[in-house]
Amino acid sequence: MSRKTDLPIGHEAIQAKGWLGAHKYLLLRRASQAFFLALFLLGPWFGIWWVKGNLSGSMTFDILPLTDPFILLQSLLAGHWPELTAITGALIVGVAYALIGGRVYCSWVCPINPVTDGAHWLHDKLGMSKGWQPKRATRFWVMGMVLVVSALTGTIAWEVVNPISMLHRGLIFGVGFAWTFVLAVFLFDLLVSRRGWCGHLCPVGAFYGLLGQKSLLRISAVNRSACDDCMDCFAVCPEMHVITPALRGKDGETPLILSPDCTNCGRCIDICAPQVFTFTHRFADGPAPARPERTTSKPLPEASRAA
Amino acid sequence: MSAKRTSTNVDRRRFLQDAARATAGCAIAGFGLAKLATDARALPSQAIRPPGAIEEDDFLAACIRCGLCVRDCPYDTLVLAELGEDGAATGTPFFTARDIPCEMCDDIPCVAACPTGALDKGLTNIDDADMGVAVLIDEEHCLNALGLRCDVCYRVCPVIDKAITLEVEHNARSGHHAKFMPTVHADACTGCGKCEQACVLPESAIKVLPQRIARVDAADHYKLGWENPDPLLDDLIDLPDRLPGPGTDNLAAPGGFQPEYQLPGAGQ
Repeated sequence: MSRKTDLPIGHEAIQAKGWLGAHKYLLLRRASQAFFLALFLLGPWFGIWWVKGNLSGSMTFDILPLTDPFILLQSLLAGHWPELTAITGALIVGVAYALIGGRVYCSWVCPINPVTDGAHWLHDKLGMSKGWQPKRATRFWVMGMVLVVSALTGTIAWEVVNPISMLHRGLIFGVGFAWTFVLAVFLFDLLVSRRGWCGHLCPVGAFYGLLGQKSLLRISAVNRSACDDCMDCFAVCPEMHVITPALRGKDGETPLILSPDCTNCGRCIDICAPQVFTFTHRFADGPAPARPERTTSKPLPEASRAA
Repeated sequence: MSAKRTSTNVDRRRFLQDAARATAGCAIAGFGLAKLATDARALPSQAIRPPGAIEEDDFLAACIRCGLCVRDCPYDTLVLAELGEDGAATGTPFFTARDIPCEMCDDIPCVAACPTGALDKGLTNIDDADMGVAVLIDEEHCLNALGLRCDVCYRVCPVIDKAITLEVEHNARSGHHAKFMPTVHADACTGCGKCEQACVLPESAIKVLPQRIARVDAADHYKLGWENPDPLLDDLIDLPDRLPGPGTDNLAAPGGFQPEYQLPGAGQ
């Protein structure tokens, strides 16, 4: 077996596709995050009121209402029956994410994503250990807790602390001391738990993951027979457990990444020199030969670090 | 078989342990979150909710903190509370009357903008708004209360002569002047805060306060005889009849009977 795992992450991809090619989806994602933030900032900064409001609720071109369905769910449990505008907005958002993948919100829209990505980058640079890694189900426990607290207190409970709203609303309407929540998430991801917030705790991500469980847009390891075990995809994936079943699947098994945890960030596509991964839809379940059996099964040190 | 059972037992034990741990963690975090969520109800008295805002207890269940009411407020009256700087729950809309009061737009754009009903669309006439009640809070410094003719709060009131009237009182200091006391009538006052903003004193002597502070419920065990002259508890108790007339003990009134023995000093 080659010692490709010893190479820096992304080295071969950059050689094969150039720097731009190896960062295509990352750049697109940053552009998308900036785009959605800019839409909301056009009004307060330049007086162009195409979009009013924030990610919790907005009105676009005075006709298209959008509402965060997780916030509306908490509102319902808190005992308030919202007006039709908010319900319509939540349905539109809900259906959209159910189709393209709930956690697309996390990687393409959420303003906290660059924060935790930044924390992860620094975490890597400093060579820190992964720290506390809560169980995979923890975020669902947190989500359940939020819903119960909403019902018991009669408030939209998560909005008291939600760092997403704190940051997004703060940038658009004035931040006060809400930046402390953002800093807390950054430090948590940096010092306490690698990829801890978005990957293990955030109940908003948990909710959107459930929402997009049967989503159409999927990433497929369709070309998995070309995999050369460089492990770069595992290193860059924010939810690395989603890769294994698809990439390491046997001949008859689907190459699609079907886990609702996948954020469709596309970073695995970027980083893969042999172009194993691609965006497709969940019915593209065509034959994908498994990657050949390896002669050695001894785990490499780099691999265990990444996994 | 035995090995399988052992592994099942281990699985079960592990599952129970994990579940217990998660439950405990969520309980602790949940208590913290519940405390924060409950504390968020503590709305400071100078933070006034927009017109049509539902009861504060229900407001935090309904307001998604989107700020659409703020955007559609043409006078920049409304703002979203910022954490640690404004007392209201972070991200919820309010205004500070002394800074920018509510201009009471006829079309109530803030209510129209609210997607959830946290601002009740049942409010169609802005004069019916109930954002708070103005209270003449410092009669020792109010210029009108000192006997001067400032009248500013009265003049700026959008519901002039209904929400604020000037009530003529005797000026005991001078002995022969009048005081024109600004007097708020809570039923007509919308709580817009124009009076609070306009007060000429360094700090306003008249302030809009939330209903929960400014108003009390009437005592239903008292009966205001001039509003309802029917005798109290008539069917239940036969109270002594103090009306003048034959057979009563009203000594001085015509028709009252004169006892034979006169107490010394009676009838003065």
